[in-house]
Amino acid sequence: MIRVVLPAHLRKLAQIEDEITLEVKGPVTQRSVLDALESSFPTLRGTIRDYTTQQRRPFIRFFGCSEDLSHESPDKLLPHEVAAGTEPFLIVGAIAGG
Amino acid sequence: MSADAKRKDWKVEGPHFAGWEIYHVKGSPADPDTIYASQSSGWSGQVMQRSKDGGKTWDVVGNQFTYDGIAGTHQWYDGKPHPWEFKRVWHLEPSLNDPETVYAGVEDAALFRSSDGGKTWAELSGLRNHDTGSRWQPGAGGMCLHTILLDPSDPQRIYIAISAAGVFRSDDAGATWRPITRGLNSNFLPDPTAEVGHCVHRIAMHPSRPQTLFMQKHWDVMRTDDAGESWHEVSGNLPTDFGFVIDVHAHEPETIYVVPIKSDGEHYPPDGKLRVFRSRSGGNEWEPLTAGLPQENCYVNVLRDAMAVDSLDSCGIYFGTTGGQVYGSSDGGDTWAPIVRDLPAVLSVEVQTLT
Repeated sequence: MIRVVLPAHLRKLAQIEDEITLEVKGPVTQRSVLDALESSFPTLRGTIRDYTTQQRRPFIRFFGCSEDLSHESPDKLLPHEVAAGTEPFLIVGAIAGG
Repeated sequence: MSADAKRKDWKVEGPHFAGWEIYHVKGSPADPDTIYASQSSGWSGQVMQRSKDGGKTWDVVGNQFTYDGIAGTHQWYDGKPHPWEFKRVWHLEPSLNDPETVYAGVEDAALFRSSDGGKTWAELSGLRNHDTGSRWQPGAGGMCLHTILLDPSDPQRIYIAISAAGVFRSDDAGATWRPITRGLNSNFLPDPTAEVGHCVHRIAMHPSRPQTLFMQKHWDVMRTDDAGESWHEVSGNLPTDFGFVIDVHAHEPETIYVVPIKSDGEHYPPDGKLRVFRSRSGGNEWEPLTAGLPQENCYVNVLRDAMAVDSLDSCGIYFGTTGGQVYGSSDGGDTWAPIVRDLPAVLSVEVQTLT
């Protein structure tokens, strides 16, 4: 199972309080994790990736195993620890404002 | 915010959608329990919400706004071509007779319609694909379609306004459009009387006179009595004719309201006095309404969608400010009182008169 942590405003939108566990079939990549996430929580569609381009929204970042994965290819395999569920895949709102 | 018909004691609930910007909320005239809300965030983009129980509970509905066909380009601020990119929904206009149908005015300027309660959206692309579309350009707030007026006497007729493209009319339910800007004069344009490029801030209509529209333009308060075929200026004795909001009294089609703002570079009331100006003659002759409003050291703005009227016997007028105050008058503007004082910047105000 893949563990996913959402920023607070998206947890509210998805009506969840804690981290999510997802079953991802096939290779565990950003794309497959986000596809599974949006399939389980349709209200998140369009809020992490642009509907048309499927690109990460500019103020959203992806972290895992203390690494910034935001600029990796969406089809690159995520770190083994994320795929194994020992480390979460973090979806983070970029710092903006104060 | 809710109150009984006296409109003296207000109950303030919420916050709803905490942490998000709400560009607009509007209820269906056909079913007051159906309410649509445009929820937006710099991080997560556009979310649409709908309530079927008068705002007690909300459901996330569709947020996919895809331009029809190849979107192409419009003009950027410097006149260069810039790709059409969806950013947010500025304005929601529910159908006058079908609660499941709602129009959305978006940035970059386009008009969308949903016929399934907001689940799916389709662009009425005849507007954006007008011959002039590639020449439209944004105003300071972005290239937003911010006003949608549905003609209650003719379901085929729709008016929309865009900053800074102008005002357009469709006579075939949104399939085709044409600019209705004759009489508008904008000195910031190379050709001040050009067909498009006018920064229209707001238009308003009284439902009993759908041929008559009132406009607060970037500068100038304007009026048409022939459905936009020609406009004439009615700024009259206003202290400044810059501003954003304009609205019409619920029962007096010639009584209109504006909030003059000092200038395009200074978005606050002249002399730091927050004054609503009322004309009972459809323009030209204006009187300041000040009772209950701050008359010193007030430097807030009143944004284009932030004024509304109720339909009670003694017409109520409401407006919100960028300083987070919402003021209300239950006597047509003669006296005012704050309903709340300490909200975030108020982007829009709407009223439902429930019986």
